[in-house]
Amino acid sequence: MADRTVAVLAGGLSHERDVSLRSGRRLSAVLRDEGFHVEEWDTDAELITRLRTERPAAVVIALHGGEGENGSVQSILEMLDIPFVGTSAHACRRAWDKPIAKAELLEAGHATPEWVVLPHGTFRELGAQAVLDAMVSRIGLPLILKPDQGGSALGAEVVTDAIELPTAMVGCFAYGETVLAERYISGTEVAVTVIELNGEPTALPAVEIVPEKGIYDYTARYTAGLTDFFTPARLSDETARAVSELAVAAHKLLGLRDISRTDAIVAEDGTVQFLEVNNSPGLTETSTVPMAIEASGKSIGTIYSDLIDQAISRG
Amino acid sequence: MTPADPSSQSGHMSAYGQEGDTTPAAGQAPRKLDPHLDRYAARTEGMTASEIRALFAVASRPEVVSLAGGMPNLAALPLESLAKQLSDTIAEDGQVALQYGSAHGVPKLREQICDIMALENIQAHPDDVVVTVGSQMGLDMVTRLFCDPGDVVIAEGPSYVGALGSFTAYQAEVVHVEMDDDGLVPSRLEEALTQTAKQGKRVKFLYTIPNFHNPAGVTLAVSRREQVLEICRRHGVLVIEDNPYGLLGFDGQIYPALRATDPDNVVYLGSFSKTFASGIRVGWVLAPHAVREKLVLAAESATLCPPTLNQLLVSRYLSTHDWMGQIKKFREIYRERRDAIISALEQHMPPGCTWTHPDGGFYVWLTVPEGVDTKAMLPRAVTARVAYASGTGFYADGLGSRQMRLSYCYPTPERLKEGVRRLAGVLESELELVRTFGTVHTRLTSGPESPSPDTA
Repeated sequence: MADRTVAVLAGGLSHERDVSLRSGRRLSAVLRDEGFHVEEWDTDAELITRLRTERPAAVVIALHGGEGENGSVQSILEMLDIPFVGTSAHACRRAWDKPIAKAELLEAGHATPEWVVLPHGTFRELGAQAVLDAMVSRIGLPLILKPDQGGSALGAEVVTDAIELPTAMVGCFAYGETVLAERYISGTEVAVTVIELNGEPTALPAVEIVPEKGIYDYTARYTAGLTDFFTPARLSDETARAVSELAVAAHKLLGLRDISRTDAIVAEDGTVQFLEVNNSPGLTETSTVPMAIEASGKSIGTIYSDLIDQAISRG
Repeated sequence: MTPADPSSQSGHMSAYGQEGDTTPAAGQAPRKLDPHLDRYAARTEGMTASEIRALFAVASRPEVVSLAGGMPNLAALPLESLAKQLSDTIAEDGQVALQYGSAHGVPKLREQICDIMALENIQAHPDDVVVTVGSQMGLDMVTRLFCDPGDVVIAEGPSYVGALGSFTAYQAEVVHVEMDDDGLVPSRLEEALTQTAKQGKRVKFLYTIPNFHNPAGVTLAVSRREQVLEICRRHGVLVIEDNPYGLLGFDGQIYPALRATDPDNVVYLGSFSKTFASGIRVGWVLAPHAVREKLVLAAESATLCPPTLNQLLVSRYLSTHDWMGQIKKFREIYRERRDAIISALEQHMPPGCTWTHPDGGFYVWLTVPEGVDTKAMLPRAVTARVAYASGTGFYADGLGSRQMRLSYCYPTPERLKEGVRRLAGVLESELELVRTFGTVHTRLTSGPESPSPDTA
């Protein structure tokens, strides 16, 4: 291949900028080891000019949250006809929105914790207490609040007592205008990476996540040692297969491409519950995708090398 | 049986051929991302990833108006002339500049530091000055010398976040004492010292920033200074006077240092970070003779010596430049920025907000209406492209949720106005949320809550 220049996009203006910069730095180092000439670019006012003038052979998106996952950057790349690793703009828009992704999976017959989606306006107009009461009676306690978009557990909070709800709501609304309230399912938390090469999405070994303090929050995610990881997850063969099938199904149903990560819970009754997908999964030192790749006997370098080649030949 | 029950997983585990302990009862070993976890000292508690710290990552982007950091404005420095001086320093004194020095610091610089402190009525001997890698190192050394785990440090509430970090690292307990518009309230200090003594706790020192306080923006009234010193003497408590902003009074006022009236019971921390250049990392400690002897030994064990090249550059700058004229330039710039932020606050802030009116230094301390939690609001501000430092980071005891620190040192007056305008919009939205959900409680978060030193 003549041109081995790739641009890794990292940073951005989302709440996950810091995580993205870490992912980007790690990915760039790995790709340089693979022989690529790597440019690391932020998504700033210079980006389009850079893309136009330097025309990298491919772009790898290491942006998390906001424009990197909601399809905005993907739209730009599609407009400029620059190949990129990852999901199309159209599919990103659906997958990125947690309630939409959950509804699609549910419709296709997969289990997902019961949920409601509530914008701030609903509480303001109908009265907070009445809406909260209805919400709790519908999905029960404990429940987990999450911004309907975004990652790294930012703004997410497990609520076990209704008295904590107003504070958790305010914390969650600080991250976005709409809250996803979901029944909290205790069980085994797993992250499943799917790699799609030659049109064939394959699940890598599931990574089981066991946070020391029980909750996989921002600190538990990015402080090495505060969470134990088991790869492959300690699941029966049958459950392991079900978890893999769910991740592949989510990848296909949501139209994801190249690489995705599905987060799920194996409930205590053994059912596999879909939580969300990530179209630009984290690649930091404490992220689960690199662990899964390693457990599959491959390296991040070879996987991303293959994905880059695939993106280039896709055009 | 749950899927996570290790006793049920033996067959599965051996199927994957896990390395390590493969006895069925022990189960599969987790992957340890930090194999040193069990080895860390107790003082590392709190040194974790922080959701709040991560939010400051966007502060460096030009789209964001950052009122969060504390970077001095260096734009006014005469860089060409400094470049020549640096070059001359190496050409003329290279064998000294690039060699180890003493932990005590370069003698000529220590003399010059005494001349600077004379502006605050301090009479000091250069031997009692120890040059440090910024006054932060001085603070760390002083805490190292005086604090055993469990000792109490009295500090203003709120207090400088870097000091709280040092006190925490040495496992000292911080007791905050209230301030008002005239700084530390002496009667509250008296109460705090009496109370801690009753509890059988040992107070080692009062840590105070008397002038143009970080983060509160207030100054200890001159009439209170002798009172504060007397109370500390009577209770047998040392005073650590941290004075990085003392020469940055907007009307040219220079307050008498606490050290000037009580040389035996005050350790004074000074810095060139705000009056010259922060990246050069030259600060100092002025301490009574016996303390100074220990400081030199402690500094040796920490860094061997402060950077000689930097000390020589500062010394040359002080001898050849109109450094006081440069400080006046800085003051003018900061005064213009203070005026810009105060007038923007007056114009935009919703009712129920109050703020301090600094007459020097870098910071305004803003109090928001009841019910708003500034830490919880920070992500909303970041979305609106404005950043601030939430108040809880400046307390060791969880207070400060209704406060925030706004820095006016770095952004231009126009940017400050825009930042405050955005902040007002953020506050309006958050107030609406509070009206919807009622007053909220501060959520506990892990890790540092303040921006890193390189945050704009």
